[in-house]
Order: sequence, then structure tokens, then C-alpha cells
Amino acid sequence: MGCGTSVTGRRAKKSERAIKAAILIQRWYRCYMARLEMRRQYALSIFQSIEYAEEQAQLQLSSFFTFMLDHFAHLNESDTGSDVQLLEYERTIEVPDSYHGPRLSFPLTVADTNSLLHAFKDQQHLHARYVLQLLHETKKLLKQMPNIIHLSTSYSKEITICGDLHGKLDDLLLIFYKNGLPSEENSYLFNGDFVDRGENSIEILIILFAFLLVYPNHLHLNRGNHEDHIMNLRYGFTKEVMKKYRSHGKKILNLLQDVYSWLPLATVIDSKVLIVHGGISDTTDLDFLNLFKRNKMKSVLRPPKSSTERNHDPERTDFVDYSPIIRVKRCLPGQDIAVKGMTRPSSSSSHRRRYTSDLLDVGEHMWLLHDGVNSGPLLEAQYLESSVRMPNVPSELTAKEWKQVVDILWSDPKNQNGCTPNKVRGGGCYFGPDVTARLLKRYNLKMLIRSHECKQEGYEISHDGQVITIFSASNYYEDGSNRGAYLKLNPDLIPRFVQYQVSKCTRKQTLHQRVSVVEWSALKSLREKLYSRRSELIAAFRQYDPNNTGRISATEWASAVESVLHLDLPWRTLRSRLVQLAPDGSVEYLSCFNDLEIEPAIKEVQPALVETLYRYRTDLEIIFNIIDKDHSGLISIEEFRQTWKLFNSHLKIDIDDESIDNLARSIDFNKDGSIDFNEFLEAFHVVNKFENK
Amino acid sequence: MAEEKEGAAPEAIIADIQKKITDAFEVFDHECNKTVDVREIGTIIRSLGCCPSESELHDMLAEVEEEEPTGYIRLEKFLPMMTKVLMERRYRPIPEDVLLRAFEVLDANKCGHLTKEELVKYMTEEGEPFTQEEMEEMLSAAVDPETNTVRYRDYITMMVVDEN
Repeated sequence: MGCGTSVTGRRAKKSERAIKAAILIQRWYRCYMARLEMRRQYALSIFQSIEYAEEQAQLQLSSFFTFMLDHFAHLNESDTGSDVQLLEYERTIEVPDSYHGPRLSFPLTVADTNSLLHAFKDQQHLHARYVLQLLHETKKLLKQMPNIIHLSTSYSKEITICGDLHGKLDDLLLIFYKNGLPSEENSYLFNGDFVDRGENSIEILIILFAFLLVYPNHLHLNRGNHEDHIMNLRYGFTKEVMKKYRSHGKKILNLLQDVYSWLPLATVIDSKVLIVHGGISDTTDLDFLNLFKRNKMKSVLRPPKSSTERNHDPERTDFVDYSPIIRVKRCLPGQDIAVKGMTRPSSSSSHRRRYTSDLLDVGEHMWLLHDGVNSGPLLEAQYLESSVRMPNVPSELTAKEWKQVVDILWSDPKNQNGCTPNKVRGGGCYFGPDVTARLLKRYNLKMLIRSHECKQEGYEISHDGQVITIFSASNYYEDGSNRGAYLKLNPDLIPRFVQYQVSKCTRKQTLHQRVSVVEWSALKSLREKLYSRRSELIAAFRQYDPNNTGRISATEWASAVESVLHLDLPWRTLRSRLVQLAPDGSVEYLSCFNDLEIEPAIKEVQPALVETLYRYRTDLEIIFNIIDKDHSGLISIEEFRQTWKLFNSHLKIDIDDESIDNLARSIDFNKDGSIDFNEFLEAFHVVNKFENK
Repeated sequence: MAEEKEGAAPEAIIADIQKKITDAFEVFDHECNKTVDVREIGTIIRSLGCCPSESELHDMLAEVEEEEPTGYIRLEKFLPMMTKVLMERRYRPIPEDVLLRAFEVLDANKCGHLTKEELVKYMTEEGEPFTQEEMEEMLSAAVDPETNTVRYRDYITMMVVDEN
């Protein structure tokens, strides 16, 4: 029938057109999504490069921090370790009637954990007295635990393992909401990095420690590289505690150092699955790790300097990278130091090297002091020789112990075989599939679970399924940057992953909007980095531009930027987002410093100061905080005087009180009797400029 | 300086293109060993400004895959294939007006919009169907939540602006 065929013919033609149209739209859309995905990847790599570069800087500054902390932080809390302490807190720290937050009574029960969760959801704080009591009880419990905890899935059907939380309370609450609260039927293991970066680190610790006290056999904690008081100075937790607890903040932080040092280092499930925060190295020795006194490891940034080690290796020259301030002092000629290692022959070493290790000696002696109970004033330390140690002083951390711990807290897996130093982070190593396979075989294990690295999907499987990374802080870099995940391990030891993403408004946003937010914030950090090296960059650009045209080729621009920043980023691809391009495709290199928005507080200062500030701001903030002993936000003339006296006695710089006061007054621009952070920065800038001449 | 641009020798143009390809490739080369997961190849190709259909993409993949597929693609194989594609300017991006006409074809009543259901039907049942994830993502930006329709002209304009 003619008519019928013509209708079906038209229909067929019509649907063919529709299919073609559909394919075209699909093609176009997939292309659009791919370009978006690429932008997201770039943004993430920017974040990661900058993050790891900072960690590296932090480790390089370790000796300087050790020096500063040894002298300015007074860490000897008298701590009897008994229940007397609990009552002592109760007696000395009053909880006012106006306090509406939760009130704890020890021993803790489920009622307490519930009221804590409830209070933190409402953004209440826990009173300092309870925090101190909780930390004290936690420390007591942790002390009884071994370095490596052995668990079994047969007692509880499944164990839930969570990775980094980094102060993101919403993620922890979401995990509890989805997966249930910890209980006898619901075991958890939290694999380190509870604190720093996020805003609710203290609340996370309180919740985890409270559950630990209520269910010591069903909630377990591994130490992470951020459970380290010197890391906390830089990455925000110290600040958070001081802000929330003001006058009691220092006490809390001091006690926390102890608690950190007692956190177990690793967990083994069913003798088959090893769980550590970072990873392993080719020298990782679980038997060794299980035996030494783990609380000797206060901070990875305070490496050991035991005198026996030095005797073995008198030419040792590592840890000479002091910050600019110390470096200048060290170079002053003809000076010696008050504290000397008398047992050590010094004739063979050059003056300079001797000077360096003498500086380290100060650290060593102070180390002894901190671990001793109450050893009188600081300078008496010099007479304490290693041979006349006080009784009950724990022996010092050895280099081997230190390295063993650093390796498991800081390492990352890589996919090539072998074990290489982790240059990107500056600590730990990269371990290949062969290193994993050997260790698993040696201890008859099946799998390694670790955290420590942000993964877009919240988890990643590598080394042929032998290594699992689990990361539980969603939106780690920025809203929408990554999912979080936890994993459940049943008695068959087959991991099951659960992913999630905390959302405030992200749900309603399109992927494009989410990527744009992440990208914008990544580029902003990158622009700040560029600005912090402004003069060096301009010098590097000028080398390619002898005629001063203001333009260089994209390749030249990329290699100049990389030569200064060493961030290993795809600069050519990023260039269109960082600088203005001329019509011929070349780069107008000065334009990358143009539109940086300078924070309001410092907007009136000249560009050179801004550059200094971007470069050293974090370090200076830490130094400022250390000198500012009462954490008032201001350095008083008295605090300034004490700092100088310390320099005097250790570096033999003769300067009288009056000159010190004059110095302080010269820094105190607004003449209000104390030095605020901006004044401190300005002073640093002046000195820094002077020294660079 | 800057002589690598206009009027440059073909070698310079090729070098430039290869640098671009390598950069994009390296973004997904997580192990830094010049390989990427085969599932990322589509993203890499498309982010370089090529718009192949899924079946064309499969053909390209077949060309660069190892004899014994390993799940990974090596830069060594990918680079010459991709350089050729870009030099020959194949799979060019879809211009805005062509895209608009495609939507008009689907808009049977010529009323300037598609209902959400119509769009879902075409995108998930016709051609090279979207996964659920792709569909949801598209809807989140395309559908006006009040009327539950897709005003495709506005949508296209928005998407094009977004990209720049």
C-alpha cells in the first residue's frame, strides 16, 4: 500500500534525523565535560604541588623550630599521672554556671558521648576543664596500649576504617550518620590526621577520645603525621585551640603533645592487613617498631641527635638549614656558644662545623630537660652531660627509631619498583610495588591500608590491589574538590568502599560551577605563590627578554616560572589563566602580578613587603606565636626582652637591657607598648632587606 | 624570541602540538611513567579540542592500544596518532548553530523547549546513550526547575559562555 509505506518511510527518516541529532548533542556534551574534567585535574594538581612544597619547607625548617621551641616553649607540665590530676583540674579550673555546654563525669558513658555529639552539632564548645580531664584519661589509656595493635574481625563482623579527617567535623558526623555510632557491634579504626586545616579539629579529637574511653576495644586510633605539635603550629590546630580556649589553651596543647606521643603507630587486622597512616619503606621493621618506647617520638620535626650517633659519624652535616635569622647569627665570626659537648673531641672538625653541631647540642640538652621532671632553670642544662643522666629519664630517641616512625607516617606509594626519598614532601619515602610485596611476604600479610593522600574518589587501589589509600575528608582543598570515603572490612578481608561528599550548597550546583570554584581558588593560591617570588621571577623573565619588550614566548615563560617555583606544573597550559597573552601568542610576563587582591590589613604597604610577606608569612606567624608566650596576639616588651636574653646567653651577643628596649620600641611603630603581627612583619622585612644587600 | 608562532616552520608547529598533547597526557599520568589508564583517553582527546563520537573514539583507541590490552595506553603510541589527528584537524568542535539545529530537530512541536522527559528519552535511549551520571549532570544545568523544561537556546548560550 503506497500511502502506508510513504508514512513509515517518513517516520524512518524522521527518527534517523533524531538519532543523528541525539548523537551530535551527546558528542558535544561529552566534549564539554572532558574539558571541564581537565580543568578540575589542573586545579587539583596545583593544590597538591603547593601543599607538598609547603610540607617540604616545614621539614627543612625543623632544626630551627627545634631551637626556638626548646627555648621558648616550656613544656614541663608537672604531671603525676594519677587520679589526683583529675581532681586537680576540678579544683583549679572552675566551670561557671553560665556555661551551657555538656558536662562530663568520669568514667565516661554513652550518655556523655551522645551529649558531646549533640553539643557539637549545635556548635557549642566543651569547657576547658573537661577537655583537660578527657585528655588526661585518654593518655592514661593509650599508655597501656602497644605500639602496634592487633585486631580481629571475628569479634565484630566488620571493622570500619576511616582516613584523614583534618578537622572536618561534618565528615565525621556524616560517617557516623551513614555507618552508625561506634559501639560493641560497630568497630572503627581512625587512621591518623584527625587535626589541622579544618575548623573543628578539637571537636574531632574530643569525640574520638570520648568514644575511645567508652569503647576501648572497639574504637582504635593510629597516629598520623599531623598528630605532631610542630605541624600544628603551621597548619592551624594551635591557632584553633588558642582561639577557643584562650587562657587554658596552652595547657591543652601541652597535654596533647603527650597524648600524641602515646597514640599507637600501626594496627594489624586478623594478622593479615597492616594499617598505617603513610606507608612503608624498604627498611620498615614491624618487630622493631613494636618494641621501642614510642612516646619518645614527640615530633618528626625534632630529629634525634644522640651523642653516640655523632661519635660514629663526626662528619655529620645534615640539619644545617636554619632559617635566615639563625643563619645570620651563626655566621658572626669569632663567637662560641655557652653550651658545649665536653665529651666530644672537637679538634678535627672545622670551626664552622663545630659551631653547627654545638647549636644542635643546645637542642639535645633541652631534649633531656623536657623529658626530665623539673630540672630547674634553663641554663643549668649545659652541665647535664649525657653520662650523668637523671634517673627515670627515658633514653633518647635514636636515629633508627626516628626513621622507622617517619617512614610509616610520611611515605607515599609509587608505581615503579624501588624505594626513593620522598622529595616532594621532604620526609619519608616513595615505595614501589616490590617494596610492598616484600614486606607483605615477610610478615605474611595480605594487604596494606594507608591514608595520607587526598584522592578524588576518596580512595584508591594500587600495587595490584595490595595497597589501598583511604581518605575521609571530602572537599579537602575546596568545596567540590574531592569525595571522602571509608571502607569496611569483613572477616573475608574483602574491602567495601563507601563514598560521600558533605554538601552545604554543592548539591544544587552544576559540575561546572563546582569546578569553577575549585579552579578559582587553586589559581588564587598559585598567583600568591607567583607574587611571593616576584623579584626572582622578573629577573628570570628578563633573561629571556634582553630588549625589554615585556614579552617572551610561552616556552620561555614556562621554563622561567618552573626554574623559580619548582612546582612541576603544566605551566604552558595554565598560562592563559595566569597571564595576559599578546595577539601573537607570546606572554606579557608582568601581567601575572597585576590583579592579585591584597588582603585589606596590609593594603597600604609597598610591593616589596607584600612579596616578603607572601613568602615568609607562615614561618613568621609560627615564630611570632612562639615568642608570644601567652598567645595574646601581641608580643609584650617583656616577651621581647626574654627572647633577646636567650639569644644573648646562647650566642654571646652583648647587648644590654636598654638597647633591647630601644630595639623593641623601634619595632613598635604605633607606640602602644607591644608589637603586633604587622609590626613584626615590617621589622622582619627591614632586616631581611638589609641582609640581602 | 616568539618566532615559534606565525609563519613558523612546520616542525615548530608540530613541536608545539606535541607539547600540548604531552601536557594533557601527563595530567593523567599518575605514575609518571608515560602511561595513562585507558578510561582517561577520551577525556584527554576531547580536552584537546577534538569532538569524536563514541564509536570514532573507539577506533582511535584501537589504534593506540597494545596487542595484548593492558588497560594502559603509552604516550609513545598515543603521541603520533594524536599529532596526526590535530594536524589534519579532524573531529572539529561543533559550532553553536549546528548544535542549536540538533536541538530543534528533537523539538517536534517547534515550541522552543523540550520537556525534561523528552530530553532524557533522547539522550538515554537514542544514539550513544548517556550513563545515568552523565544524564543527571546534564539535567542539573539544563532543566529549569520551575517549569521542568529545557529552553535549549538559553542553555546553549549559557554553556558556551561558561566555557570561556
